[in-house]
Amino acid sequence: MTAASLTEVPLKRRLRRAERTRQVKALALVLPLLVFLLFTFAGPIAGMLWRAVDDREVRQVLPQTIAALANWDGKDLPDEKAYAALAGDIQAARAAGTIALAAKRLNYALNGFRTILTSTARNLKAVPEAGTAKETLIKINSAWRERTTWTTIKDAGGPITGFYLLAALDLTRNADGAIVAAPPDQAIYRDIFARTFLISLGVTALCLILGFPVAYLLATLPPGRSNLLMIFVLLPFWTSLLVRTCAWIVLLQSKGVVNDSLLWLGIIDEPLRLIYNRFGVCVAMTHVLLPFMILPLYSSMKAISPAYMRAAASLGAPPLTAFLRIYLPQTLPGIGAGSLLVFILALGYYITPALVGGAADQMISYFIALYTTETANWGLASALGAVLLLATLLLAIVYGKLVQGQPVTGGMKN
Amino acid sequence: MSDNSSLRTPSQRIAWTATIAISTLVFIFLIAPILAIMPLSFSSGSYLTYPLPGLSLRWYDDFINSPRWMNSLKNSMIIGVASTLLSMVLGTLAALGLAQWKSRFKPLVLAFVLSPVVVPGVITAVGLYFFFAPIGLTGSYLGLILAHTALATPFVVITVGATLQSFDTNLARAAASLGASPLQAFRRVILPLILPGLASGALFAFATSFDEVVIVLFMAGPEQRTLPREMFSGIRENISPTITAAAVILTTVSVILLATLEALRRRNERLKGGGA
Repeated sequence: MTAASLTEVPLKRRLRRAERTRQVKALALVLPLLVFLLFTFAGPIAGMLWRAVDDREVRQVLPQTIAALANWDGKDLPDEKAYAALAGDIQAARAAGTIALAAKRLNYALNGFRTILTSTARNLKAVPEAGTAKETLIKINSAWRERTTWTTIKDAGGPITGFYLLAALDLTRNADGAIVAAPPDQAIYRDIFARTFLISLGVTALCLILGFPVAYLLATLPPGRSNLLMIFVLLPFWTSLLVRTCAWIVLLQSKGVVNDSLLWLGIIDEPLRLIYNRFGVCVAMTHVLLPFMILPLYSSMKAISPAYMRAAASLGAPPLTAFLRIYLPQTLPGIGAGSLLVFILALGYYITPALVGGAADQMISYFIALYTTETANWGLASALGAVLLLATLLLAIVYGKLVQGQPVTGGMKN
Repeated sequence: MSDNSSLRTPSQRIAWTATIAISTLVFIFLIAPILAIMPLSFSSGSYLTYPLPGLSLRWYDDFINSPRWMNSLKNSMIIGVASTLLSMVLGTLAALGLAQWKSRFKPLVLAFVLSPVVVPGVITAVGLYFFFAPIGLTGSYLGLILAHTALATPFVVITVGATLQSFDTNLARAAASLGASPLQAFRRVILPLILPGLASGALFAFATSFDEVVIVLFMAGPEQRTLPREMFSGIRENISPTITAAAVILTTVSVILLATLEALRRRNERLKGGGA
């Protein structure tokens, strides 16, 4: 007995050690991809999130001013020291050519700040004599007599800020530091988020209404015929997004196929406006996203045994009752998964609305792209991106819980 | 097997007919736009309307003789093939590792590996734009290949992972017990069985890169414009019939990919069916 347990222990340990080696080897196989994604995906996104709160421009251009304002309570105008520091900073920044950098950032917070700063820089001939800085600056631009001018600089002092994130939600800080609603001319993002949400919701609903009967048909037909019909779903799924968007423009434009046919049939007298508006966006997006609804619905329906319906019928349930009480509840996971998938993908849409939508149909991604490449307001672009990312990830977590254990099909397109 | 046999009452027959009618309309909705655009590329006129004034191949001629379009086709191929190869290596290794790895962190790691699929394209593109610009990877093939690989690898991990899941490890053990070296067992037993899965993964990866436009929009210089990118500008500026020719070429590639995938799936099912 002792001899047996003596040999048994090392064997167990050897097995455990072998298993541990196997696990380390397995992890080593995954590691290259993890490192790669850190560099090409997670790192860049973390960088973007960092830009949403990063606020060092003003601090770099006007370092002495920010230091002088550090202990300012913000109740009255700052003291002479702050004015002198600003005058010194402006002189230095003009020599270094960095005025525009700070002016751009300050102008985001206070419209017209660019003019204040550049005019001051232009007119400030020399560093003012000791004790006259306040007087000199106010003489050049009366804005230096306003408390808000100074609170704006202090707020933009960084190194991190909630300014962009607040702006992305139509909020701002007033001169007293309280969070208030942004002025109406800047408060556009809630509308854009609401629009993004509504378009996505509408497209999801359309996909569900159109996708449900198709999935039902495919799941009920004999495999031979349903495989054949599946081509109608898979071909669009695999066709380039650009091709499909282009096709819709060709079909829906004022001299397009649809308008021509309707005119020829005498249903309408003049071409309808079918594209470059909300209608066009919804049609094209539904077309692109419909397969993402049909495929999960199909696989959930395929798993429902016909025996259930037969059992319901044999127990005397009328067909409609059997459908509503037996069949439909079993498709709910599929409906949930398909709807969430379509909704998540729709939220981030950029290409389709950009090509077939009008100015009032652009979704949040369009503005992220616009602020990144056109106006270079990277802070705001990143903040809007952070909000979109958060919404997407939360929904994706719900989706993940919903489809746990189910195979994932893909071929995501934006 | 078919539900038709159980259609006893008139209301059931009506519901079934309605399902067929609605589905037919949806199938038309899905397929008609793609079919409608094709004949226009063979038009002899320069308007995108029916009826066609006559048939010609002038827009294909235009495509082939345009350095801009041909260059974009070449770029799509270079970036597509390179990112497919890279994502196959990374994705297959990861799928092999994930199949053996047991840990409570596995779902988290898997979620991370698959996340490029879920994150909106614009966010990835903006992040990469900020991240790659300072290190000189914007406006370069390498930057685009790396970015597309990140997007394509999740599909490789999924497809290869699914194949490995259905792979019977006893076969590898049987090979070993019959005296095959690990390399021989891999080459003669494992590889032939998982090859369809690998090929499907590669097709998915290639299709992902070949169709991607948002990242290209942000990161490509004029030299690296891909076919979808060129189509994007074309649609923005003015839709010429040359674009429809490009669309037909792109769709042909999609059909070839889809058909190959379907053939692989059938072969796989046959193999599985034979084993059962």
